Amino acid sequence: MDLFVYADVLLYGVVNGMTFFLMAVGFSFVYGISRLPNFAHGALYVVTGFITWSFMNNMGLPFWLSIAISLIIVSLAGMAIYQFVMIRVRGMPISEIIVSFAIALAILEGLRLQGIGGFKGFIGPGYVLPPFVDGVVSTPWVMIDIHRLLIIAVGLLILGFMWLFTRYHRIGLALKAMAQHERAALMLGINSDRMANFALAIGSGLAGIAAVAIMPLGNVNVESGYSVLTHAIAVCVIGGLGSWGGTLLAALTIGLATTVMSAFGGTMWNNVLVFGLIIFILIVRPSGLLGKQKELEERV
Amino acid sequence: MKQMDDGNEAIIKIRNIRKSFGGIMAVKDLSFDLFEGEVLGVIGPNGAGKTTIANIISGFLKPDFGDVFFRGKKLTGLPPYRVAELGVTRTFQVVRPYPSLKTYKSLIVPLWSPRARRFAGSRGGDRDAVAIDLLEEVGFERDAYVPYKLASALPLGYLKRLELARCLALRPEVIICDEVLSGLSMSEIASLIPLVERLHIKRVTLLMIEHRLRELFSVADRVIVVDFGTKIAEGVPEQVMEDERVKRAYLGEEVDL
Amino acid sequence: MPAEDRRKERLDRGIKARTEGLYAISSWREITYLLAPRAALVLGLLIAPAVVPGLYWQRVLGLAGVYALLAISFDFLAERVGLVCIGGAFMIGVGGYISGVLNYYFHLPLALTIPVGTFGGALICTLLWLPCLPLRGIYFAVVTFMFPFLAGSIILAGGLFRGTEGLSPIAGFPNIWVGVYLIIVLVLFAVFALRRLCGEDIGLVFAGIKDNDQAVLASAINITRVKVYALFIATVIGCFAGTFVAHFSGFVGLSLFAIDFTIMPIAACVMGGPGTIAGPAVGAFMLSPLSELLRGFGQLRVVLYCLVLVGFILYKPEGLLNWATRRYHQFEHWVKL
Repeated sequence: MDLFVYADVLLYGVVNGMTFFLMAVGFSFVYGISRLPNFAHGALYVVTGFITWSFMNNMGLPFWLSIAISLIIVSLAGMAIYQFVMIRVRGMPISEIIVSFAIALAILEGLRLQGIGGFKGFIGPGYVLPPFVDGVVSTPWVMIDIHRLLIIAVGLLILGFMWLFTRYHRIGLALKAMAQHERAALMLGINSDRMANFALAIGSGLAGIAAVAIMPLGNVNVESGYSVLTHAIAVCVIGGLGSWGGTLLAALTIGLATTVMSAFGGTMWNNVLVFGLIIFILIVRPSGLLGKQKELEERV
Repeated sequence: MKQMDDGNEAIIKIRNIRKSFGGIMAVKDLSFDLFEGEVLGVIGPNGAGKTTIANIISGFLKPDFGDVFFRGKKLTGLPPYRVAELGVTRTFQVVRPYPSLKTYKSLIVPLWSPRARRFAGSRGGDRDAVAIDLLEEVGFERDAYVPYKLASALPLGYLKRLELARCLALRPEVIICDEVLSGLSMSEIASLIPLVERLHIKRVTLLMIEHRLRELFSVADRVIVVDFGTKIAEGVPEQVMEDERVKRAYLGEEVDL
Repeated sequence: MPAEDRRKERLDRGIKARTEGLYAISSWREITYLLAPRAALVLGLLIAPAVVPGLYWQRVLGLAGVYALLAISFDFLAERVGLVCIGGAFMIGVGGYISGVLNYYFHLPLALTIPVGTFGGALICTLLWLPCLPLRGIYFAVVTFMFPFLAGSIILAGGLFRGTEGLSPIAGFPNIWVGVYLIIVLVLFAVFALRRLCGEDIGLVFAGIKDNDQAVLASAINITRVKVYALFIATVIGCFAGTFVAHFSGFVGLSLFAIDFTIMPIAACVMGGPGTIAGPAVGAFMLSPLSELLRGFGQLRVVLYCLVLVGFILYKPEGLLNWATRRYHQFEHWVKL
């Protein structure tokens, strides 16, 4: 095996890791801030893909405008999910999971509905989003398209933005306060429902960004909603809920591991690896690689 | 004043335990003995590490260093249920009732434990009756409706007694009472003191972590004072209160007892 | 009367108070009052297979029985022991694959494959979930949720047991009646046995673990061991449902790990009344025929029952059975403030 293959695997592994990070970052953000497991995350991801596609192909809007409008719509949808549904079950983990997962199922299966009002349902391979920039970078040892490189850039940009946002922006600081001690934050005049609303909106927006960044690599389909959700949970759980560093570390680990697996073993075992890793990490270190919630390890 | 029996072997030996949370040393090289049948008070200002001591002895926390021995057997490293099974029981400072169970039914849980069943013998079958007896022993009125209420509906005074009843259900040799008197009204305290005295007479060893000095001193044989995780004084209550360091660390300059 | 000047008052019916003690056997009226709901459940389920039109609906009933068993198992673990186990599909898969493999490769009869699948499967599930038992709340839920995916992807990747094709044919029941009545009788047995168990001393210990596991630890009880008992009981129920699916459909494949087996029981539990054990069973027998009726609508079916689920959680979180119980025991009227 020559060195070029390793370089290739490494680069694609990092890209793969960044896609995992993008998938997970919204889910991690929402759970980290409001302790709401937003199982509708994957559904919002898919919805973004389809409405962007519709804006472009049915209404003929330009690419970037379609993306901007869809991101706004998805953020509002996230807000609506909190405002009308999740707000009533906050603090009841089982109900939160069931409700948000039911919403996800309703949305995803709803996208497949056929024959109502002439709606044909989003089925089939015809739904493709264009990449941000077309083109391929080719060097003597690696060949990679520019879009994949841009995914890394988007991932780093989001990471940097979130880092600054939660440290220096008023709302970001308020969100952090909520994550650390909700009651104390309430006493300081932070409206927890409004903040959770914000968190859901930002989280959904992040799901949307992930969608427009990742989907050009394949096509837009409903099934990816489920896999995005499981991968997001996987990354968050392995990295430690509510920890940026952990999320990034876990995403890169999984990305590299699955790329290596595909290169030398077979794509078939990727899922086995991911699920096996989650179960193993949860059992050995419930708070995740870099998680700070030590009370979870109080395993008496 | 009751004197401790000098010929007694220590039932619990605590040797050099140390525990830190993050950067804060909650307990720092603490050693003391607990003798069979005595009532030992542990006092100290807030945050002195008293509850940490209770958690370490009962197995809910593992010390970073040091050991706890019960009749020569090492307790450190054992899970909490093993410690309780050996007869070293505890109450919780923040009471832990079972909100969905009726009060007397919540005593079925300890009565179902292997230790309690070993003692129960032929009466093991009628755990409800034993539970009611136990509640009466800690001061629940037998004929009143209280034992049949949901535990979540009881006031704090009863819940603290329920904590004690849970320990008694295990026929304990040692009870670690983590602030059973705090948060109670004077009349509730007044009714708990005789219970402590009865246990003392039955030669159950008590380790009482307490803020209520006056009441504690009326029952305790010996007191140790902890501050910042270390023992700063030990002895009979009157003698301890004369100690300059205790006055400074704990009571301030004026002592009004 | 304007709404703010009045409130609803609920009072126990006299007969409810009378039937709590020894009075319960004082007259036929009291006995009937106590027995009527139970008898309605038993008779309703026993008559159902005979009155439904045709083979198709009998099969639906059989499948409803599977969901009922899973819902009971979920409800028992989540509401009575405090372990939120959303790995229903894993129990179905393990139970189904064991009895399927025994029947397909070794041609063992049903009388052997079902017990082996049930208890062997329960043993496997319990052992695999044993390391997760110290986890709490959502963490236990997430791990158990991942197990069916893991098992499915292992079978897919390794091409085990003929991979995606699955094993077929698996011997079926002698006739449909045997199958349907077997599962209905077992659903009834599970409901009454578990309700009884929860009132026994060990049931109180289960409740204690749900309410406050630290206090149970301080009571000299090894909570992991007690949780293992509960998990084994629940997985026996789930794995039996799995072996039943295998023989009832004559097929064992990756569809046994389908997410339906996880979602439907939870929906049934939420709808029927969490914590009542009988409620989830009733919910399953209502929900799965309902979703069959909607099968013609394609994906709309899934959307509809998701909406039903959300509606129940938001507006009737107590579930149907708790609501019905209240109406049975109490009457309400408006009183002026």
